[in-house]
Amino acid sequence: MSGVRVLVGTRKGAFVLTADGKRERWEVSGPHFAGWEIYHVKGSPADPDRIYASQSSGWFGQVVQRSDDGGKTWEAVGNEFSYDGVPGTHQWYDGTQHPWEFARVWHFEPSPADPDTVYAGVEDAALFRSTDGGRSWRELSGLRKHDSGPRWQPGAGGMCLHTIVLDPADPRRIFIAISAAGAFRSDDGGETWRPVNRGLKSQGIPDPEADVGHCVHRIAMHPSRPNVLFMQKHWDVMRTDDGGDSWREVSGNLPSDFGFPIGVHAHEPETVYVVPIKSDSEHFPPEGKLRVYRSRTGGNEWQALTKGLPQRDCYVNVLRDAMAVDSLDPCGVYFGTTGGQVYASADAGESWNPIVRDLPAVLSVEVQVLP
Amino acid sequence: MRIRVVLPQHLRTLARVGEEVELEVEGPATQRSVLDALEARYPVLRGTIRGHTTQRRRPFVRFFACEQDLSHEPPDEPLPEPVATGAEPLLVVGAMAGG
Repeated sequence: MSGVRVLVGTRKGAFVLTADGKRERWEVSGPHFAGWEIYHVKGSPADPDRIYASQSSGWFGQVVQRSDDGGKTWEAVGNEFSYDGVPGTHQWYDGTQHPWEFARVWHFEPSPADPDTVYAGVEDAALFRSTDGGRSWRELSGLRKHDSGPRWQPGAGGMCLHTIVLDPADPRRIFIAISAAGAFRSDDGGETWRPVNRGLKSQGIPDPEADVGHCVHRIAMHPSRPNVLFMQKHWDVMRTDDGGDSWREVSGNLPSDFGFPIGVHAHEPETVYVVPIKSDSEHFPPEGKLRVYRSRTGGNEWQALTKGLPQRDCYVNVLRDAMAVDSLDPCGVYFGTTGGQVYASADAGESWNPIVRDLPAVLSVEVQVLP
Repeated sequence: MRIRVVLPQHLRTLARVGEEVELEVEGPATQRSVLDALEARYPVLRGTIRGHTTQRRRPFVRFFACEQDLSHEPPDEPLPEPVATGAEPLLVVGAMAGG
């Protein structure tokens, strides 16, 4: 029977949660890299035993860990992320220009075809690629050097490139998202980029419909329809049907259209998941009820999924990289909270159970299906 | 000459070493020459004590020896004699800060 492996990054280490295909009984391993912030852990679709982890701390900086045995053992690989050429400046909180400075890796996106090729989204916002299993990194600097770069500015979490979506049908097409610059698309393998933010409206910036400056929180794609993307923005859930050329709002009846993660069902491209969060600044579930909302119509009509989730006195957050879906049937859905719970649903969200309840604050959740 | 370096817990784990390492250093013992030797022996420590390209000490890392804070000394300044002779270790310290 096939199984699943859930990779969890937390404020104080990484955890690996495994179960068989029923997804009822779980084994927990960790903490790996105890005491370090693990922003993201993700496995290669081409080789599930190849896993990349972003390990960082305010004291000792960035370390990149790689496993070749499914997370049992790890090896530190390359951690030199040098911007290409003179880094230049971006907008700072006070409106002045501030030099680009590397802080950490927020997100790894391994290639669907090659275990040694992996993209890294970093703070200050830039995209790097390794083709030697993480030993060395080269910046795809056409993104950072885009004309709009000096107008990009940090969100509350820093100016981070947190989302990388690779088009499975066209290896030259890449989508990324930056807080707070917006979404960008490359059609030539990452050499050149253009903003794809038409249709986004953000009241917190001087021109709500500007080409850049939007605080995009997460973008999700179903692999069968790479031109259809769903976006959770700082406010608003959005959808595009033309590869980002134009977006329209699909927040519909959500109790809050603020949130961080967004995911698409593995077998139903019109089924989308979000976790509404109250904002500004509260950043906990509305009414203290932790609810995943599911749309089976590609947005606009949303249904609360609550069975097994706390429906009173719940004041946790679910961060942008902390939700994932598996490809089993029925589709599994997973998310982690800043309160240290990782919830799993083995029935596409109908019911939920905590795999673990008391981890450090969860930063990221990914899932792999194992043969 | 042989120089003794004491590493903080997290860097010991990363380099898979004990509390103290001994390094063979060519020429005068300075912060730079000792860190060069440390990183050559344990490449995994590159970037964790000082920046890759800037070569500047990371802000929450300190260098102590002989009951002195050497963190703000120029990197090419000779280390105290007891460190250079191996009588005393150079302490690489993670600042007590953070949550």
